[in-house]
Amino acid sequence: MRNLLIFITKYNAFFLFIIFEVSALIVYIKYNSFQKASFINSSNAVTGGLYAKVSELNSYLRLSDVNDSLAKENMRLRNQLKSSFYADTVTKHQVSDTVYKRQYEYIVARVINNSTNRFNNYITINRGSLQGVAKGMGVICNLGIVGKVVFVSPHFSVVQSLLHKDSQFSAMLANNKEIGSIEWGDELNPHKGVLKDVSNNALPKIGEAVVTSGYSLFPEGIPIGKISSLHTKAGGYALNMEVTLAVDFTKLQYVDVVDNKFAKEQEGLEAQQKKDE
Amino acid sequence: MLKNKRDWRLSRKKMSRTIIVNLLRFIIVVFIQVFLLKNINLYNLSTPYFYILFILLLPFEVPNILLFVLAFLLGIAIDAFYDTPGLHAAACVLLAFVRILFISITVQKEGFDNEPEPTLSIMGFRWFFTYTAILTVIHHFFLFNLEFFNLSAIEFTLSRVLLSSSFTVLLILISGLIFFKRKERK
Repeated sequence: MRNLLIFITKYNAFFLFIIFEVSALIVYIKYNSFQKASFINSSNAVTGGLYAKVSELNSYLRLSDVNDSLAKENMRLRNQLKSSFYADTVTKHQVSDTVYKRQYEYIVARVINNSTNRFNNYITINRGSLQGVAKGMGVICNLGIVGKVVFVSPHFSVVQSLLHKDSQFSAMLANNKEIGSIEWGDELNPHKGVLKDVSNNALPKIGEAVVTSGYSLFPEGIPIGKISSLHTKAGGYALNMEVTLAVDFTKLQYVDVVDNKFAKEQEGLEAQQKKDE
Repeated sequence: MLKNKRDWRLSRKKMSRTIIVNLLRFIIVVFIQVFLLKNINLYNLSTPYFYILFILLLPFEVPNILLFVLAFLLGIAIDAFYDTPGLHAAACVLLAFVRILFISITVQKEGFDNEPEPTLSIMGFRWFFTYTAILTVIHHFFLFNLEFFNLSAIEFTLSRVLLSSSFTVLLILISGLIFFKRKERK
């Protein structure tokens, strides 16, 4: 027993190393599943607060870019106004619409922490459960899709961006509605994604727009990017193609969280169907 | 007797100074890493992890247990900002262990009194460079491989390790030169 104690004190560095290393790895592996709530992330009060302060400073430096994109969006929206179309019929019908029910609601949020240079990238935004953000909601910005919410605290949320190993969203070619799924490319390039599993019948062209399909968290037709190359790395039964992403993830500043009002109903129905099978 | 008492007081004063200096260094290093270097990324290959400077510069006399606790805390603090709990903590603990091994091999114990901290100005360029380079490469190698647990991309990971390590070592050497004290050099 005494010899054992002497042995342990002599090589105490090694034993301490084992203890601390194992505890660090336990934290790492446990948290990797992202299911368990943990306080060690950028949505807790200290880190979230600090990030919010720094991003306030940063936002001044990017005001011109933000103004630019807002002006563009204004232009786009104004082009859709009724008043900007020439009325070629004299009579107008006023229809009070009771058929449509509001499905999507948007919560605007500011990005307070962002990364694009790692294998798994997350974005922290300054809206949380108090503002109605919930886990699993989609996130878009005025240029296209951004990611989905994976962790929510009262005032902040963590968004798993499209630039993440596990991110996969349903997408389609804008022209012929062929369905595929969009993922991040292999080269860690924040401007390139891969559109996978498009059926062989589709005839994609370089420069064709890729948009959301409406099957996942996002409304139909939100832009994702443009096809930039038709290389088929995997080949086989489906086409893969490289997509230049519409969103510049390195300059994200304002995003919208998409609240799909019918998501719960749809999920419940699909779960029911799975149970019946 | 009197002399002993004065000695004791002196050493206590010295100790509290060391604690304050290291505390400030901890905060500054975390801030630099999280708000400045986190945004730096050369061609997706080179990302500096400058914060390990804190562990490198802890005094020689720091007890092993305290060294591990500090390394773990530093890693967790960085993890909290990077959203990767445990990743940096594991790499930092390994770094602390390698530091103990490296110092026990290369530095004689009697020398600790006049060489309190392993800084560039005290230990000289050659020793400090080897020390920084070896510890940084081991830390980065472990960190990148743990982050991207995939053998198929090993060349990519290795090139990231090498380029990031050289960037980190460069930053640490520059910081050593900025705080270079000529008087302390023997």
